[in-house]
Amino acid sequence: MTGFFSVPRITSRAWHVWRRNLLVFVKTWQVNFFPPFVEAFLYLIAIGVGIGTYVKEIDGIPYVNYIAPAILAIAVMNSAFFECTYGSYVRMYYQKAFDAMIATPLSIEDVIAGELLWGATKSVMYVVIMLFVLSLFGVMAFPTSLLIIPVAFLGGLLFAALAMCFTSITPSIDALNYPSFLFITPMSLFAGTFFPLALLPPAFGYVALTILPLTHVVAVFRMFSLPAISWTIGLHFIWMGAVTIILCVSAINLMKRRLIV
Amino acid sequence: MITARNLTKSYGTVTAVDGISFSVEKGEIFGFLGPNGAGKTTTMKIIQCVSPRSGGTLSVFDLDPDEHPAEIKRRIGVVPQETNLDPDFTCEGNLMTYARYFDIPVDSAKKRVDELLAFVQLEEKRNVAIEKLSGGMKRRLILARALINSPELLVLDEPTIGLDPQARHLVWERLKMLQAQGSTIVLTTHYLDEAARLCDRLVIMDNGKILEEGVPADMVRHHAGEEIVEVERSDEVLACLEEMGIRFEIAADTVLVSTSDAPALARTLLERCRPKKMLTRPATLEDVFLKLTGRGLRD
Repeated sequence: MTGFFSVPRITSRAWHVWRRNLLVFVKTWQVNFFPPFVEAFLYLIAIGVGIGTYVKEIDGIPYVNYIAPAILAIAVMNSAFFECTYGSYVRMYYQKAFDAMIATPLSIEDVIAGELLWGATKSVMYVVIMLFVLSLFGVMAFPTSLLIIPVAFLGGLLFAALAMCFTSITPSIDALNYPSFLFITPMSLFAGTFFPLALLPPAFGYVALTILPLTHVVAVFRMFSLPAISWTIGLHFIWMGAVTIILCVSAINLMKRRLIV
Repeated sequence: MITARNLTKSYGTVTAVDGISFSVEKGEIFGFLGPNGAGKTTTMKIIQCVSPRSGGTLSVFDLDPDEHPAEIKRRIGVVPQETNLDPDFTCEGNLMTYARYFDIPVDSAKKRVDELLAFVQLEEKRNVAIEKLSGGMKRRLILARALINSPELLVLDEPTIGLDPQARHLVWERLKMLQAQGSTIVLTTHYLDEAARLCDRLVIMDNGKILEEGVPADMVRHHAGEEIVEVERSDEVLACLEEMGIRFEIAADTVLVSTSDAPALARTLLERCRPKKMLTRPATLEDVFLKLTGRGLRD
């Protein structure tokens, strides 16, 4: 039996799985491209303009500009996380799609890798759309904000892998509500998104930096969108890179343990 | 094609496949029969390289499934017990997507899909969503999907489960055609008429073990004789049979006597035991199956 951290053997066939999900996504593109458009508008107007009227600015930055990168980071998190929890679970459990796939030259490692790549791709697509909407409001600085797009892939992969770990151990689709509501929702509020971590007790700030992935995604996005790039961006990338690798490997091995008996 | 020696699969303390040995030759239809929980599906999954064996040796196309799963799977077609078509695609979309998993170039995949839709008589359903298909159509589409890579070996787990007689006959006929074209076919079933009709050789499994292996007709002759005389059960009939020293088997309210000369036996029974009802029929695989695996219900 494989351990949590044994290196999975993934082949380029993983892209066939990615391609399958993309085809389904494109077939219903109107439905799929609608949410990020609306979401960007709603958040920006309700929180940015609404609350921003009172808050005015944080650390000298206009409030709308402060939260714009957070809106993108939350979209990265949500799109990948929900795709690889509920979406993957439906494909795995209800549609038996993974069973059908591993009866072909695809291995379970290829299938899960394809799902993770797809989750990350979805994050990128959402970010591209929302970045366009936000740029219309003039709250993002260009060209540095374009660097958010490739980072969205890394962040997406991180959250896709995190999601897949939960999917691999969940007893039912309903139980996926626990990580969603106890981990993802609070993180979208307390990871330096709508107010600085510095407002919280220092201990919480350290905890957020240590275990809340969104903290790092928001920080990097904000450095690019303001722009205000500092050397600490390197530390954020190291954290995200290392955690992404660990989670991807664990997710694949955990799914293998669940599905290959 | 397939050689298994002492093949074992256990899940924790449960042994699903308990040291079975068999070999499947090129070009034959080889059947696995057994009640629910006998280990048939597990055996299929091991052959398909989706479930690793716990012990014993296995070679498929002279390759070890543990070492070369992708190479083996490339040459196999699988019809699973559960219908796992992709609900997000049409019939054609399902086959095209599956072709991609086998790295089949789009042009040849398109040609192959046309052939296969015709082969399973689903050309008119080409652009229909999966949920709009009847159960029989879904099974036929799964058969077409299993053939997308022109497999040398076809592994079918309960291929005709839930089909109406017309669809079953179509599937049987297609399997015979594939065999005639040189395919090797391994299937599981608990429809005994299906096994008797299709299989060149078969094994009967129960509790993870192979109870019997052979050519269906030989197995019937060996275990159930040529013909069966069924007599309605009554105390008088039982007493009478015992008195005459005739071996019999009781199934609910029927007494079964196997014989090689049914008319003679029937005459004797009619004269001596005066049964209320009696019929004679040829022995079937079902008689062998029930004799070997018992009449108790399985979960």
